[in-house]
Amino acid sequence: MLIKADTGRCVGAGQCVLSAPDIFDQDDQAVVTLLEREPGESLDLVLQAADRCPAGAISLEDGSAG
Amino acid sequence: MTSTDREVEFPARRPGEAFPPPAYAGFRERDGLVRTRLPSGQPVWLVSRHADVRAVLTDPRISANPANPGFPKVARTGGVPTQQDIPGWFVGLDPPDHDRYRKVLIPEFSVRRIREWRPAIQATVDECVDALLARGGSADLVADFALPVPSRIIATILGVPHDDRAFYESRTRTLVSISATTDEQRTQAARQLQRHIARLIAIKRKWPGDDLISRILATGVLTEQELSGVVMLLLIAGHETTANNIALGVVTLLAHPDRIGDDRMVDELVRLHSVADLVAMRTALADVEIGGELIRAGEGIVPLIAAANHDEAVFECPARFAPERAARGHVAFGYGVHQCLGQNLVRVEMECVYRTLFTRVPTLHLTTPVADLPVKYDGTVFGLHALPVAW
Repeated sequence: MLIKADTGRCVGAGQCVLSAPDIFDQDDQAVVTLLEREPGESLDLVLQAADRCPAGAISLEDGSAG
Repeated sequence: MTSTDREVEFPARRPGEAFPPPAYAGFRERDGLVRTRLPSGQPVWLVSRHADVRAVLTDPRISANPANPGFPKVARTGGVPTQQDIPGWFVGLDPPDHDRYRKVLIPEFSVRRIREWRPAIQATVDECVDALLARGGSADLVADFALPVPSRIIATILGVPHDDRAFYESRTRTLVSISATTDEQRTQAARQLQRHIARLIAIKRKWPGDDLISRILATGVLTEQELSGVVMLLLIAGHETTANNIALGVVTLLAHPDRIGDDRMVDELVRLHSVADLVAMRTALADVEIGGELIRAGEGIVPLIAAANHDEAVFECPARFAPERAARGHVAFGYGVHQCLGQNLVRVEMECVYRTLFTRVPTLHLTTPVADLPVKYDGTVFGLHALPVAW
């Protein structure tokens, strides 16, 4: 499973960073960046981040990091 | 169901009644949505379930622009400003016009940037506790602490010179105290502030500092007139709402002293109190189905933030203060592109406030029974007019 963060939708609220700081970060423009591409053991936290993101910018997709 | 069945009386807040209004629970249980008439007579939809409020606040066919004819106007006086009234009043803009403002402002309120501000926030909170203690053994925690804290912190972030902070604090307090001031006083305060802000921007243009105004100017994205409106909005937006949260939070924490210091308590407090219940007004730009109800283009929508935050489907025993529930899925800061820009600032501010206040004033207690506290029943924001305390 791959984490998808849509930088076009991101509104910089920072909810993902608060939910899963090991997975998500904000760049200098406060836009979401991914520290990890797969949720691993943080799946619950990634799902929480996806639920709390006010812009619907975070999702999980089938597939592997290859 | 006929149309009259779902027509309800406007759920006004009444003295002696619990907040959120008990009627909200009944609204959530009905099929579809309920209709009501605002005190002005304007018919609107009330949205009360958590999922439905989120759906309203993220639907691109639903507008936040107060210039739309159907936009709900619940404020007792003045009405809601529009972009025409104050250029830069970006909370009333829809995407894509809104994007330019949000993009240029979010770096100033990112999780990391706010963490960098933490020492300055702590220093301001310490100063405000010093001032509170200097009053002797008793005070009004709203006027003497909860209002000055957010006002001074936003002034620091904006880059307002130290000597001018008392001016900004007094004028913004006039502007946000709807029930204690006249329209004339507020108009005058707004004019004085606008003049002052224009001068401040001119000064920052000439002598830039390490502050929000200087950095936004440097981007060149906003005109000075737009930036002036943004500064005005930032001064006002976080002032009364944060003060109400601080004061109500103190009341709740004094009743649950064992939870003081729990780092999850801030989001649970803002969920529980939901002070900004009636601030996220919307209008449908097209026919939209929400909660099983067809809302027609042009109709006004009132998402009840407190009703969503007390939805049993999401928050078990919602009236209970339970920091362990990790309540950050609440909509107290709104949802969608207009979600509160300052939410990470509020979190750090409230953490600093409670830790500092209860550590330095361990004997803090109320001098009025909770049931007798003067609650704000008018205006759009819920809170306390005063909070008499002693130590």
